[in-house]
Amino acid sequence: MDFGPHLMLALLEGAVLAAVLALMASGLSLVFGVMRVVNVAHGEFYMLGAVVAWAVADLVGGGPAVGFIAALILAPLIVGGLAAAADMTILKRIDYDPERTIVATIGLLYVIQQLTLMGYGPEARPVAPPFNTRIALPWIEWGAGGPSVYFPWGLSTTSYKLFVIGAAAALILAIRLVLLHSKAGLVMRATQLDSEMATAFGIPVERVYAAVFGVGAGLAALAGVLIVPIQQAHYLMGGEALLLSFIVVIIGGLGSLTGTIVAAVLIGMSDGIISVFFSPTLAKILATLLVALVLVFRPQGLFGARER
Amino acid sequence: MSKSDHPQSSSRRAALKTLGAAGAAATLPLWARYTHAQTAAPIRIGFQKHATGIGAAYGRWYDRTSQAAVAKINGEGGINGRMIELVTEDDGTDPKRGAEVIEKFANQSKCDIAFGTLFSHVVIGSAPRAGELKLPYFVVSEGHHVASGMLNRWTLQPGITDVKSQVQAMAPFITDTLGKKVTMIYPDYGFGYDHRDNLVPAVQAAGGEIVAQIAIPPTETSFTKYFPQIPRETEVIYHVMVGPAVLTFVKEMGEFFGPSRPEIFGFIDSLEAVDLASPGLDFLEGTYFWEGMPRYLQADAPAYVTAYRDAVGIDANGASTSDPKDVSTAAHMFGCWETLHIIKAGMEAAGYSSTADRQALVEAVEAMTEMPAGAAHPQGDKLFNGRTHQVFGPQYISKVESGKLNVTHVAPIEDTLYPDEVDYTTQSF
Amino acid sequence: MRASLALHLGLVAVLFALNFVLPAYAHGNIARVMTLAVYAIGYNIAFGYTGLLSLGHAMFFAAGMYGAGLLLRFTDAGAVAAFGVALACGAGLALVTGLLALRTAGVSFMIVTLMFSQACALAILYFAEYTRGDEGFVIAAASRVVAGHDLGDAQVRYLAAWALFSAAFLFSLWLVNRPMGKVLVAIRENEPRARLLGYDTFRLKLGALVISGMVSAASGAGYGLFFGYAGASFAGVQYSIFPLLWVLLGGAGTVIGPFLGTLFMFYLIDLSSGITDAYMLIAGVALIGLTLFAPQGIAGELRRRAWRGLP
Repeated sequence: MDFGPHLMLALLEGAVLAAVLALMASGLSLVFGVMRVVNVAHGEFYMLGAVVAWAVADLVGGGPAVGFIAALILAPLIVGGLAAAADMTILKRIDYDPERTIVATIGLLYVIQQLTLMGYGPEARPVAPPFNTRIALPWIEWGAGGPSVYFPWGLSTTSYKLFVIGAAAALILAIRLVLLHSKAGLVMRATQLDSEMATAFGIPVERVYAAVFGVGAGLAALAGVLIVPIQQAHYLMGGEALLLSFIVVIIGGLGSLTGTIVAAVLIGMSDGIISVFFSPTLAKILATLLVALVLVFRPQGLFGARER
Repeated sequence: MSKSDHPQSSSRRAALKTLGAAGAAATLPLWARYTHAQTAAPIRIGFQKHATGIGAAYGRWYDRTSQAAVAKINGEGGINGRMIELVTEDDGTDPKRGAEVIEKFANQSKCDIAFGTLFSHVVIGSAPRAGELKLPYFVVSEGHHVASGMLNRWTLQPGITDVKSQVQAMAPFITDTLGKKVTMIYPDYGFGYDHRDNLVPAVQAAGGEIVAQIAIPPTETSFTKYFPQIPRETEVIYHVMVGPAVLTFVKEMGEFFGPSRPEIFGFIDSLEAVDLASPGLDFLEGTYFWEGMPRYLQADAPAYVTAYRDAVGIDANGASTSDPKDVSTAAHMFGCWETLHIIKAGMEAAGYSSTADRQALVEAVEAMTEMPAGAAHPQGDKLFNGRTHQVFGPQYISKVESGKLNVTHVAPIEDTLYPDEVDYTTQSF
Repeated sequence: MRASLALHLGLVAVLFALNFVLPAYAHGNIARVMTLAVYAIGYNIAFGYTGLLSLGHAMFFAAGMYGAGLLLRFTDAGAVAAFGVALACGAGLALVTGLLALRTAGVSFMIVTLMFSQACALAILYFAEYTRGDEGFVIAAASRVVAGHDLGDAQVRYLAAWALFSAAFLFSLWLVNRPMGKVLVAIRENEPRARLLGYDTFRLKLGALVISGMVSAASGAGYGLFFGYAGASFAGVQYSIFPLLWVLLGGAGTVIGPFLGTLFMFYLIDLSSGITDAYMLIAGVALIGLTLFAPQGIAGELRRRAWRGLP
């Protein structure tokens, strides 16, 4: 394939990854921003979203579209509810101590993985996309006779992949609006700035924490539902996703939602593009070193100027 | 379905005889066959199972196959009159835990032997400990690690063929039937390198050429970005992929090519335990797969094959009889069945009565050569090479027709043979 | 002070005595636990005493394992030389990564170390021609010999693991009782104040990280030499999380904690896998239970409830 179309394909693929990553990392960033804890089990909520989507689609029947829409509504609710329950039974009782939260959420990760393995099994199971048309993309070539349009071999995407990009963008916009312009968003931001002061003003901080933890997990689950028609639901899919969203959150600057989204686009895109130029393993080595060096020379992340 | 190249030719018999000569010379003393130590205690076989980790889908079916084989052998009177007891331990598909499990078999649960591992890194991590503990270790891994000489005298692979022989047997079919210009796509680690290192010379020898090699990291979850590296001149895609993302890989390959795909030849590893009726796989119609053993029940399947499938509990589509969505790892799991039967034959030949006879068991298996197809070897005729501890057998090539895999070609054993790279029998115990 | 010395020397003596009484399976397990406890001890120097929460220690463990393993694979340098090279690899890698990573702190430090470690793990895959990538390679039995003693032999392996463990264990006891150990704790508790007192905290932290990396590499090399295998899975993220887990379980910032945590976790998995297939469930529940009911880890609880002076 020529270089131009190849790059365009890499960009499109990168955009899908970036969209899903941005959604998932927003959840992680929200939890970290408000509660100041690192949730190692975040990847498992993503996996649960995908698994619940499979189960819902399997139970509901009535065509892929019905199952998918049901999953889109039910999966975040179920997973968010589970996460809120975990927050109230575990994290609250260890006072959100950062180190103990890491150990407790590692424990939670084991529990979720094992229960999924026992209930759902070790296979990677597919969910049919609600729609999935292959769209061949044109490319413009400047030849001797001026520009001409043609369809290069293999340059294509699918309607579902475009939908994922659009849906993630819409969801992220919605989160921003809720955070900035609703009472719930105000309460969250107040808790983030100073939880003691928020308590003094009568904000039920504990309930806010449970809600934030639930919403964060729900966002991961949504990302899982969106990705499952492209990839498949598998009980180990959370690990790699957690690692990537971790990177995105830190690079973007802790607790900065804008930074998270910019970083998701950067990481998602670079993953696709670097592998155009280098061998994939070398590309991943370079990308990880790049992330490390960004942090070494800008420890607050790209958008973390508001670090307290 | 062409029957002409079914592996029953006279040239093959000749090859078997020549190769078997060395092994036949080393037959056991007669007393060994008649020393039936009739103790009531069961023979304990430690089964290293991938119950968790990336190998879990395989582990589940390895377990079912092994349990079925044990039930059959016990139903027929066991080994030397003793029942088999399978002692199952999860190795987490992790080499560290694998080695620990081997120690547990040898020292705690007092197993007679260890058996069953699939993933290469678990085999390679466990084998040194099995050797030190002098525990016979029967792997069902299809890796080339046994025959390459990397392991030790206590590690054997008598129930499944290795990647090297599989790959080299595919080359003539690919270049003769599908095309001369081959692009290969493989995982960027050991298992993929076995494919790369063996396919390239084999295709060249068969008059074709490899026009591109695309290695994909094993942790990858999105594949479309790799496909532009496929040269336009490609006539055949050769693909092999493992891990949970295999279905995404195959699906995205179909989306990439759209209506104008080249010929496609894949190792069934790319779709093992995956339903061919999954959404997005329609484009595979008319493509070819290597299969260790046919997943779909073939029209001319002998009675011992149907008996094996019934015992394991798979239906005509190779899925569980209790859940048609639970697709088996049919191309690999037969190896557990055959290995357990070889263990039985080996123990009976060695007059195995206690752990003191472990060395005699290894020697008895090393002395084996021909293993005719039948209830104990449903995959087909086998030829065991005692020097390299590796078995050889026929390889199946199937075509996707109406969403099912139908065998169109069987590569005979001669095509899978290669010169020895090690002679374990010269090593001390 | 004397009671503490008695406790730690007592543990070393008990472990030595166990060599002669343990049944075969437990004997092998304790050898393994001692080897891995060295890794936890190394991690504890950085995390427990200096407050450097690294998520990348697997690269030091792997540096030791591959430093020794590759030397033995391609040369006949012998096990002792390989062990020395492994230590140098671990210390060198810790020095280079530390110079960069220590410019950050807190969560950024976690991610930077994680990234460096990932890059190392990927490099092992990238240079598969030498490392055999994911599959790893067997370290030949013939090269695993020290002064005529075969490390594959159960007795020799146990005593070698015991010697390695004792050295690391007593070294860390010595270190934390030295002035340097006290300053490291001061850095952990309040770095700006330590700096105000005139300590060059960057150099001290770097020193602690290099020591930590070297001890971790000793464990990796030991593991490779004792059990005969080097593989890329040992460089993965989970092997960075394990020592954190062991240390937190045993008690961060205690000398004996890393050993207790490693021992506890090993038997938790081993015993629960005997009861049920779902041993990860039991391990997970146990971890959550520990954070709820014994937040300072085993030795930490001991220190809090009974023995305030426990180092």
